Amino acid sequence: MDAITGLFYFFAAVLLFSAFRVITARNPVHAALYLVLAFFQAAAIWILLKAEFLAITLVLVYVGAVMVLFLFVVMMLDINMDGMRKGFWKHFPLAGMVGVVIALEMSYVLMGGFRDPPKLASAAGQIGDQVSNTKVLGVLLYSEYLYPLEIAAVILLVAIIAAIALTLRERKDSKHTNAADQVRVKRGDRVSLVKMKSVVAASAANTPAEEKQ
Amino acid sequence: MMTLTLGHFLSLGAMLFALSVIGIFLNRKNLIVLLMAIELMLLAVNMNFVAFSYYLNDMAGQIFVFFILTVAAAESAIGLAILVLLFRNKSSINVDELNTLQG
Amino acid sequence: MSQTLSASSLLAVPLAPLAGALVAGILGTSFGGNWIGRRLSHTLTILGVLLAFIISAMTLKSVAMDGARFNETLYTWMVVGGLKMEIGFLVDGLTAMMMCVVTFVSLMVHIYTIGYMEEDEGYNRFFAYISLFTFSMLMLVMSNNLLQLFFGWEAVGLVSYLLIGFWFNKPSAVFANMKAFLVNRVGDFGFILGIGLLAAYAGTLNYGEAFAKADELSLLTLPGTGWMLVTVICICLFIGAMGKSAQFPLHVWLPDSMEGPTPISALIHAATMVTAGIFMVARMSPLFELSDTALSFIMVIGAITALFMGFLGIIQNDIKRVIAYSTLSQLGYMTVALGASAYSVAVFHLMTHAFFKALLFLAAGSVIMGMHHLQDIRWMGGLRKYMPITWITFLLGSLALIGTPLFAGFYSKDSIIEAVHESHLAGASFAYYAVLAGVFVTAFYSFRLYFLVFHGKERFDQNPDAHHDAHDDHGHHGEHPKPHESPWVVTVPLILLAIPSVVIGFMTIQPMLFGEFFKDAIFVNLERHPAMEELAKIFHGPAQMALHGLTTAPFWLALAGVVLSYYMYMVNPALPAAIKRSAQPIYTLLENKYYLDWLNENVLARGARGLGTVFWKVGDEKLIDGAVVNGSWKLVGWISGMVRKLQSGYIYHYAFGMIIGVFVLMTYFVWLNQ
Repeated sequence: MDAITGLFYFFAAVLLFSAFRVITARNPVHAALYLVLAFFQAAAIWILLKAEFLAITLVLVYVGAVMVLFLFVVMMLDINMDGMRKGFWKHFPLAGMVGVVIALEMSYVLMGGFRDPPKLASAAGQIGDQVSNTKVLGVLLYSEYLYPLEIAAVILLVAIIAAIALTLRERKDSKHTNAADQVRVKRGDRVSLVKMKSVVAASAANTPAEEKQ
Repeated sequence: MMTLTLGHFLSLGAMLFALSVIGIFLNRKNLIVLLMAIELMLLAVNMNFVAFSYYLNDMAGQIFVFFILTVAAAESAIGLAILVLLFRNKSSINVDELNTLQG
Repeated sequence: MSQTLSASSLLAVPLAPLAGALVAGILGTSFGGNWIGRRLSHTLTILGVLLAFIISAMTLKSVAMDGARFNETLYTWMVVGGLKMEIGFLVDGLTAMMMCVVTFVSLMVHIYTIGYMEEDEGYNRFFAYISLFTFSMLMLVMSNNLLQLFFGWEAVGLVSYLLIGFWFNKPSAVFANMKAFLVNRVGDFGFILGIGLLAAYAGTLNYGEAFAKADELSLLTLPGTGWMLVTVICICLFIGAMGKSAQFPLHVWLPDSMEGPTPISALIHAATMVTAGIFMVARMSPLFELSDTALSFIMVIGAITALFMGFLGIIQNDIKRVIAYSTLSQLGYMTVALGASAYSVAVFHLMTHAFFKALLFLAAGSVIMGMHHLQDIRWMGGLRKYMPITWITFLLGSLALIGTPLFAGFYSKDSIIEAVHESHLAGASFAYYAVLAGVFVTAFYSFRLYFLVFHGKERFDQNPDAHHDAHDDHGHHGEHPKPHESPWVVTVPLILLAIPSVVIGFMTIQPMLFGEFFKDAIFVNLERHPAMEELAKIFHGPAQMALHGLTTAPFWLALAGVVLSYYMYMVNPALPAAIKRSAQPIYTLLENKYYLDWLNENVLARGARGLGTVFWKVGDEKLIDGAVVNGSWKLVGWISGMVRKLQSGYIYHYAFGMIIGVFVLMTYFVWLNQ
């Protein structure tokens, strides 16, 4: 067993253990932290696969941004912990059995079928040892996959807008106007005509008479 | 078992996927853990892609992981926003109570 | 030698009565606005029938003397596949004879009706119906193909229904007309099967063409069974004849048909309609000759009818019922003759019977009129003083009926008995003894009727139902009116019918039975069915036959019947009651008409209604509505209810479903597709 294989097995074991703890942790904060650990192990495995850029991106983006977001939300919501775990272990046998069967089947297929993977030599995207992984990715992204890249950017924009639009709560003391309401105003909402005598009684003669408009 | 083959990585992905599915099925009380299980699923898929990219000498796999990461980030943001709204309205993130769309 | 008759004059024969019927029926009733009165109605219809009779007589002369024949299609109605449906006439000896009989008896009945139905409101309607009947019967006998025969067959059935239920406000009349129609329907079912089979295998409905294929047909069997095709066809056709000619067991409608007015009992249920079946079998003789089984069947049925209906006639108390059972018995005789392959003898008896039976019925009607519409013979007696013409004609008719030598009935009946004796078919010996015994029974009940009505003490005052049965009032109240002779419109037909009842046998037996008259109308296979040949050998002229007849068994049996009835009803009137007391079970059996009516009403009719109810309640409501219609939507609803539960609303259930799906697909592709 060489080093890489050993490292793989180590990282894989920790990954699987932490994934298991994610789903079985009592405290959601613990679950989030275990998920962070799982991501770190995955990043390590990817480095073994010579995909350094993705590994770093995983840590930076996923762990740094997404998991932090998760933790924000977990800590922000005031969740009643005790009532949450009832009935958990009741469903475990069936779920466990299904999961195990799926995993074993897939492993059997995959291990059996992919012992000798075909070596494809495609012109585009060769992993060369001379050029760094980042540079190769960059070249490809900005030449062949430019359009999907732009769309990915748009998706992110849409996500921002959606998240804000969903959760925005207005300040109670804000004085902003609603343009749509302003435009919809009718004459009858603002002005009402009152009929009055032009000449009033002597005691009230001092008050200036209102003219009809 | 001594040399790493593509099969190893794929099996790892499969097991991760299976774990996350079990997670979805088990977590009836906690929506947040459900969302985390979805992230695990995406991680499993990414693992597959990277493994294929390495063993087939094709960068397209890694490009795709890039995009998957993007979309996963966007999706988790929106998912959490919805979760927050849900909590505001129902004061609970119990999945068992989310059954008004039943037949 | 043979010339063809003119088509237009032949057409006039059925169409003249039809025209009279339409005018009287539409314009003379409230249906058309009551435009014409009684005199015009009866004059027009009588003129129509008179014209038909005159042309028929001329036709008969042409056919008999000059050998004229006519067989042509006048109008093709439609052609379906290869089957042609036509209107055409076939006029030969058989047809010409039937035409004359039908039109003559119809004419007599028309004239008679002027007197009989004088006080009835439906006078015009009645004339329309009897003229319509004449048209239908003529279409039946003159047709040259089975379709037109069937048209005439059904039309006479319809008019019979209309006439039996003429007094439609009487529940018993309505019951009787439905019974007649329904029982006829049963026979018609067999008839149509026979026609269908013949049309299918011969490819044609025309008589001539079908008979030409007779030899081919005689080799075929009915597919799916081992039966000979001709046997099945003939038996099916005969079932139709059983319905129309009232053979056992489809005879039950005829006694009930006496609910209709007497003129139609004479016209339809004695002389003409009931003979349609006999006529049809005689017309189909080339086919019937091919099947011994069918002929045996016919003979046995006829024998049963002849004998057992005669027994029923002995105990009847209604004057018309006795004559009705007599008709049934005589129809049985004709049928037996058909079975013995003596078709010409059967048709000969048909003719003589038409005359004397119509005479008997009309005379009975005259008696009923004279008795102010009372019909029970127990309360008659000694009428010969009051109604001499009726008396004499009734006596002549009865003598003809029982087969007194020299009278018409003798020649025909004795020929039948001889023919049966010569037949070798299965059942012939039973038939022979049955018809012989029938002679005694016929004489007995005929003269019982005669003595009770016209002789003996007058018993009018003893009638317990007198006052509410009498329809007419001549201003007599309190005192019971005496019977009187009927007007000339009634007695002249009686006389005119009495004449042929006496002489026609003597005159026509030679040409009809042993001459050329029916040569090309009736076909007999003389080697297998030698009855006619044997008869021809012993026949030496009508006078000699009469003389010889004095020594044969039928004569002595008839004489014994007359003497016994004289003794029982004139000399010793207490004897019948004593016999009735001692033989009560037999009496009950006869009174209930062998329980056939009970069987029909309670078993068959109730069973059919029950079957209909079962089909309705179970088949329609439970099965079709319940299981199929309701069941299908309930099933859909139930399935939807089950499927609905899949939509639980829980995400994890859906996710689980997806996983299971993945699992199944994986299993399929991995394990099962290796």
